[in-house]
Amino acid sequence: MSAPSEARDLIQAVPDEAAVRLRSKHLLSVEDLSPKEILLVLDTAEAMKEIGTRHIKKVPTLRGKTVVNLFLEPSTRTRTSFEIAEKRLSADTLNLAGGTSSLLKGETLTDMARNLEAMAPDMIVVRHGSSGACHLLVDVCNAGVINAGDGMHEHPTQALLDAFTIREHKTQFEDLKVAIVGDLLHSRVLRSNILLLKALGAEVCVCGPRTLIPVGIERFGVHATTSMNEALTDADVVMLLRVQIERMHGHFFPSLREYFTVFGMTAERMQRAKPDAIIMHPGPINRGVELSSEVADGPFSVILEQVANGVAIRMAVLYLLTGVETDEEMS
Amino acid sequence: MTKQAVVLKGGHVVDPAQGLDGKFDVRIEGGRIVAVGSDLPIASASTVSIPASLVVCPGFIDMHVHFREPGQEHKETIASGVAAAVAGGFVAAACMPNTDPVNDHVGVTEEILRRASEAGLAKVYPIGAASLGSLGERMTEIRALRAAGCVGVSDDGHPIASAHMMRRTLEYVSMFDMPIINHCEEPSLKGDGVAHEGYRATALGLRGIPGECESIMVERDVSLSELTGGAVHVAHISARQSLRAVRIGKDRDVKVTCEVTPHHFILTDEDLQYDPNRFKMNPPLRAIADRDAMLAGLADGTIEAIATDHAPHHADEKATEFAEAPFGIIGLETAVSLSLDRLLHRGIVPLSRLVELLSSNPARILRVPGGRLAPGDAADITILAPDTEVEVAADQFHSKSRNTPFDGWRLRGAVAATIVDGRVVYTNDAVAGVEKLTWPSA
Repeated sequence: MSAPSEARDLIQAVPDEAAVRLRSKHLLSVEDLSPKEILLVLDTAEAMKEIGTRHIKKVPTLRGKTVVNLFLEPSTRTRTSFEIAEKRLSADTLNLAGGTSSLLKGETLTDMARNLEAMAPDMIVVRHGSSGACHLLVDVCNAGVINAGDGMHEHPTQALLDAFTIREHKTQFEDLKVAIVGDLLHSRVLRSNILLLKALGAEVCVCGPRTLIPVGIERFGVHATTSMNEALTDADVVMLLRVQIERMHGHFFPSLREYFTVFGMTAERMQRAKPDAIIMHPGPINRGVELSSEVADGPFSVILEQVANGVAIRMAVLYLLTGVETDEEMS
Repeated sequence: MTKQAVVLKGGHVVDPAQGLDGKFDVRIEGGRIVAVGSDLPIASASTVSIPASLVVCPGFIDMHVHFREPGQEHKETIASGVAAAVAGGFVAAACMPNTDPVNDHVGVTEEILRRASEAGLAKVYPIGAASLGSLGERMTEIRALRAAGCVGVSDDGHPIASAHMMRRTLEYVSMFDMPIINHCEEPSLKGDGVAHEGYRATALGLRGIPGECESIMVERDVSLSELTGGAVHVAHISARQSLRAVRIGKDRDVKVTCEVTPHHFILTDEDLQYDPNRFKMNPPLRAIADRDAMLAGLADGTIEAIATDHAPHHADEKATEFAEAPFGIIGLETAVSLSLDRLLHRGIVPLSRLVELLSSNPARILRVPGGRLAPGDAADITILAPDTEVEVAADQFHSKSRNTPFDGWRLRGAVAATIVDGRVVYTNDAVAGVEKLTWPSA
């Protein structure tokens, strides 16, 4: 792994414009990134994280760039995280939410995107309840599009911030055993994390009720099990996924109590994992469902570190995708 | 109708219903076939020589289309639909009742037939709704629909979900010698599914529909057909489990038949992308094993018909989130080339079997005329150019809609001409020799 200082040098000096750009100007899926590009994002985020520790948490990098945050599904963490990231980079930002948008007046997503495009934003950050919604925007917009979560498809910046957090605690991704537990079927976080962790060489085991294991998940190169014992044994990282009641159209398990009994993360279950294992959760957490408060607030938990790192990752992604001019300075 | 007699000379005639497969002449008079044979006398007739490379078949019949009129004329009208049909080599099409209003009363049936008569290209056979509003609750007046011209009943777009309703409707329609065409899909298992349940749907985050959603209703219908003696035709079969159920039923002499669409015997869920204009249809594109089972079913005769499920939708309706877009793709202007390329030229079925699948079997299942070139039959003829290469160009379609996954595909096999009641209603300029297919008509 690259040292943080290398990344900072990369950003400050910017010797070769191509080196700090990503091939695609959009980030719709983790599949848009090569393993090298994933590491570039993580390295860049280390430099960005440092900006957040300064007395004045602002750099002029995206000065004069317009970023639209189009959040058509409820979000607290991700929307706030993007907005803080944009402000720290000096971008002009505006926020559009589902409840206040013209979609309520019958406008289609495509027409809304065309109208936004007419005002020439540089970047549109999209959260949408329907899988593939971002792909529609790419077809009609010149602006770069960042997927901030589309239905049950992907949430690439979440996976990047998760990898960033893992890297802060573990020395390497190769041979790392990551157990992902919870509502696998409805989780975009799962899909992005599997793609990213597999690209970096980690071993991934997914676990949840049989009713919530997506068909064909093994083709991603992961092991699927309904046994918590099997999933947790010797795990380096335990990533819990939220039980997404709002996406469950049907019968999946009898009660939250029974879910917690079988799949809830407790201090006792944690003993099966490696002694230095970490507990992650993309949030929002449901105490007493995915995990006990003892685990959520305990020494293994890096859940709030994930939130903090989210800002740095989103700064890095915005910076790398906008392809800023070479004469701009980071400080 | 041709006033004067015409003799089509020298073409390769394939008419499996009469066991014809060779070089024959066809004499047409007054819109009807009057003779088929070798070296027919040409006295008092115009002679049209057909190149030996062209195949003269009984007219093709698409037993499953959606013409959207009345009510959704922005997607398709009966006039644009029959223009697409003849350009695709079909002399007739059976149109499903899910119009607005639904074809559940004779007034709607009569309106459809009047529009078809005005358009005057392909023949249109209306399918009546099995239940009022296709809501699955009250039976339509099936005798009246039959008398008005409906050739079958269906709630297509929706299944006949209640087993009781299906049983009684099967018993009732058996009095009129017509089939129930069922869109087999167990609603509680489909849920909000939009794509075949499997790796690709999982990767794209789309809610899945397993093949069993279809097959459990096919199994039910085979049982109910056996119970009642009523004829069931399974629309757009797609899952290998469904085909197994049909095969078991046929082995027991149950009156069950089925059709498959070209997209279900060619494409699979591996092709799936976030493009509802090309890839969102119901039933969804299924697994490779299902697609291969469809090819096997075509080869062994379990599948008796190729139908398009031509389902036009406006581009605006399709330009939306995958889960929100309407189901369906069009097929009239691609089905024959796709069948020639993928079934004939790849050795899945011989030419005579292809003609059965597209002509004589649909005629038999729907109990409509056609499907052979015998003296006295209407001169409804499809002429094929099996070796002419074509490139699918959706912007040239006669259909009002463009929702097809096959745009730009290069295929071996073309429709050369379509003849309805002795009148040439379509010729394909890309096929050498078709320019001779003109004769005085009135």
